[in-house]
Amino acid sequence: MKFTDVYLQTATKILVFIIMTFSIYVLFAGHHNPGGGFIGGLITASALVLLYVAFDLQTVREVIPVDFKKLAAAGVLVSVLTGVGSLVLGVPFLSQTFNYFDLPFLGKTELATAMIFDLGVYMCVVGTTMTIITSISEDDI
Amino acid sequence: MSTLHLAILLPFVFVIIIPLLYKYTRAIHTGWIALLVPVTLFVYFIRYFSINEAVEPTIVSIPWIPSIGIHFSLYLDSLSLLFALLITGIGSLVVLYSIFYLSKDRERLNLFYAYLMLFMGAMLGSVLSDNLMVLYSFWELTSVSSFLLIAYWYQRKRSRYGAQKAMYITMTGGFSMLLGFIILYVITDTFSIREIIASGDSLLSHSLFIPAMFFVLLGAFTKSAQFPFHIWLPDAMEAPTPISAYLHSATMVKAGVYLVARLTPIFGVLLEWSWTIIIVGMITLTMGSFNALKQYDLKALLAFSTISQLGLIMTLLGVGSLALNAGYEEHSLVFAGALVAGIFHLINHSVFKGSLFMMVGILDHETGTRDIRKLGGILHLMPISFTLTVIGAFSMAGLPPFSGFISKEMFFTSLVELTKHSSSWMAIIPVIAWIASIFTFIYCMIIIFKSFTGTYHAELLERKPHEAPFGMLASPALLSILAIALFFFPGLVTTSILEPTVKGMAPQLFAKHSDWHTHVAAWHGPNLELLMTIGIIIIGIFLFLKIDKWKTPLFELIPKRLSLFTLYDKALVNMEKFATKVTKAYMTGSTTHYLSYIFGFMIILVLATLFGTGSFILDTSQDSPIEWYELVIAIATVIAAIFILFAKSRLMSIMGVGVIGFTISLYFVIFRAPDLALTQLVVETISTALFLLCFYFLPKMKANIESIKFKLTNAIIAVGVGLTLTLMGLSAYGYRVFDPIAEYFSESYKLAGAKNIVNAILVDFRAFDTMLEIVVLFSAGVGIYTFIKLRSAGRNE
Repeated sequence: MKFTDVYLQTATKILVFIIMTFSIYVLFAGHHNPGGGFIGGLITASALVLLYVAFDLQTVREVIPVDFKKLAAAGVLVSVLTGVGSLVLGVPFLSQTFNYFDLPFLGKTELATAMIFDLGVYMCVVGTTMTIITSISEDDI
Repeated sequence: MSTLHLAILLPFVFVIIIPLLYKYTRAIHTGWIALLVPVTLFVYFIRYFSINEAVEPTIVSIPWIPSIGIHFSLYLDSLSLLFALLITGIGSLVVLYSIFYLSKDRERLNLFYAYLMLFMGAMLGSVLSDNLMVLYSFWELTSVSSFLLIAYWYQRKRSRYGAQKAMYITMTGGFSMLLGFIILYVITDTFSIREIIASGDSLLSHSLFIPAMFFVLLGAFTKSAQFPFHIWLPDAMEAPTPISAYLHSATMVKAGVYLVARLTPIFGVLLEWSWTIIIVGMITLTMGSFNALKQYDLKALLAFSTISQLGLIMTLLGVGSLALNAGYEEHSLVFAGALVAGIFHLINHSVFKGSLFMMVGILDHETGTRDIRKLGGILHLMPISFTLTVIGAFSMAGLPPFSGFISKEMFFTSLVELTKHSSSWMAIIPVIAWIASIFTFIYCMIIIFKSFTGTYHAELLERKPHEAPFGMLASPALLSILAIALFFFPGLVTTSILEPTVKGMAPQLFAKHSDWHTHVAAWHGPNLELLMTIGIIIIGIFLFLKIDKWKTPLFELIPKRLSLFTLYDKALVNMEKFATKVTKAYMTGSTTHYLSYIFGFMIILVLATLFGTGSFILDTSQDSPIEWYELVIAIATVIAAIFILFAKSRLMSIMGVGVIGFTISLYFVIFRAPDLALTQLVVETISTALFLLCFYFLPKMKANIESIKFKLTNAIIAVGVGLTLTLMGLSAYGYRVFDPIAEYFSESYKLAGAKNIVNAILVDFRAFDTMLEIVVLFSAGVGIYTFIKLRSAGRNE
């Protein structure tokens, strides 16, 4: 089944970038403003769903050659390893810490280990959601 | 961490190393690498051994879970040293033997030796642990490795069956033993065997002490194949012969004996302990030796003989434990002699049975069969094998000049003494033992003469028999030499092992008799025991010569369906049937049913708790007034819900659900929870997309087939769930028992450097929850993926 909706496709091409940018913003803004890994992940997933709706599975797979199962697994791994990292440093599992650094261009920036953890959540949410959606849509009766 | 800890961990290290190196070491037999472990450990443990004095008991400990008293503590005394030497010594011989037994090219040796090392480490751990929980862990690990080794040739149905049976039975016992250990912990507040022994008399008065004893005994009996749990051992013979020699005769099945010996200082004061062991041991001894006569397969014969011999050792330990009993105080030293006999026979049995199993393996290897109906007349072809078999079998039959003779005599002595010091009807015990010994004598003769002498049937044998290679004969030859050496020089183990072990088993007794010494010798003069042995030989030879006349008619008398083996199979089948029936009764495959179970339980549990404990409080005094716009959203939600009920198509229902979702996110906006609102909105979007996808696969909505009853049930559940959740929400709000935790979270900027409290909770304060949540999410995703992909794969075939 291949259908072409020029309006939808043209709009999608622009919208996806906006949604994607927003989702990344939401992911990183989560520390101080509404957002976070879970929401960011869902927004990214919705952008991808939009792509799938506007184009077809095959095309999207060529454009974004990501194995979502592996992405989800990697996400879980990142989160768990963040926790293990604190064990290595001799503090209880999953202890988070933060500090302020002077970075070039960005100025004084707060860096938190929680951010890495949140990145894991983000990857897992995107990966899982897309795994479910693509595997259902790939299935044919 | 002491060297003792490292000694136990060494085999486990090789469990990893052997498979890793396998690819690069294919040129040599993997057994040579594995051989390093038992030999190194044997050399390590033999350093503690000295012929003239006992090993000084040492305890080394490293904390593991100190908060509940679990320490990785190891205790080395004569008893554990004896077992460690048996495990590593016979382990070395078995590994050496297996190098010639298993083909380098045909077998998956990496797995074989990895499992074997796993077993060796677990077994060492079991006999060296002082902490009951650590002991239990290693104990179960021996069951697991035994399972893997029995099922080594998993292509065979019998192997899988045997492995499963062994695991079911030994693990059932293991669980029961765990229960016993936990009760002991409850009574004494410690898992350390040393400390439990030290707590002494306070145990006796506790009402749970006797149940604990039975639970522990069940573990020991299942592991040591005592009646009626012996049925797993013959089926375990499906394992490769080196494994049968090692696990199922020389070491693992002795773990139960070890446990009984180790815990005798704790439970020995109980008459129930002694008599349970004596009775079970005697039944096992007699039944095992009797059934051994029936077998045609040499390995099955040895299996029953092992069962019978284990029964013998158990009986001796049972009689010996009477030494601790106050009622037998004046004869306690006599009973201590039974303990000496038990431990000595344990050594002898490992020696001769290990050797015999290896000999049967050689027969199997060289002739292609273990069936005594096919074997015969190969004496002149395999003279060395014959000699070694004779030594092993004569030792087992209790004939001089082999070590089995001494312990058999001591066995008779113990039973005769027991009769002397108890009521007169006890005379039946030595008589039964004597009859069982005649059976033992006969099956020993069967092993020798039915397989080596008689007529030679070349056509029945798969291979042309010839003498086994030197490497295969080396291990049984060494064991045979040991069997002779122990006859002439029992002093080798008397002072070093037997005496201190027995003293350790009855510390209370030997505190009073510290000058006690045991004397083990082959010749005791012409006494009753010697007469019993002579009687066995005469009657045994007579019956053996006439065996063809009485064997078949005798065993036909016993109906097959009454046998425990049939019972086990039937029980297994019926249990499976019952489980299937129960499961099928509620696992209907209908999502509607499953959802109604879940909701039904939720309604019942929550409402019952809420009203049953009287914790429902409706307190609206703190609530803020309801604004008009909140009311509007509420009405919109209700309308959408009612709309879904009457929707004619799925598309309409999905839209209705969407509306509810979006109105709820409006609430989040009103109550200033932007995170939640955002999440709700995106979730709604995604789930609508998901719904639309699933749409394609769903059957058409059929309103007409749904009966009134079906609709009514659904209505009740729906109303119930709604009501429950509403009541719960209202009650939760009016109910303030504890100070809200929110105060702590509001410090998020200071504590987590985050201005967003919600996010700080998710990724910092309660990050563990989040981590598990994404694991769940991931598993759900993988689940859906596999379901769909497996279904497609199944269809394509």
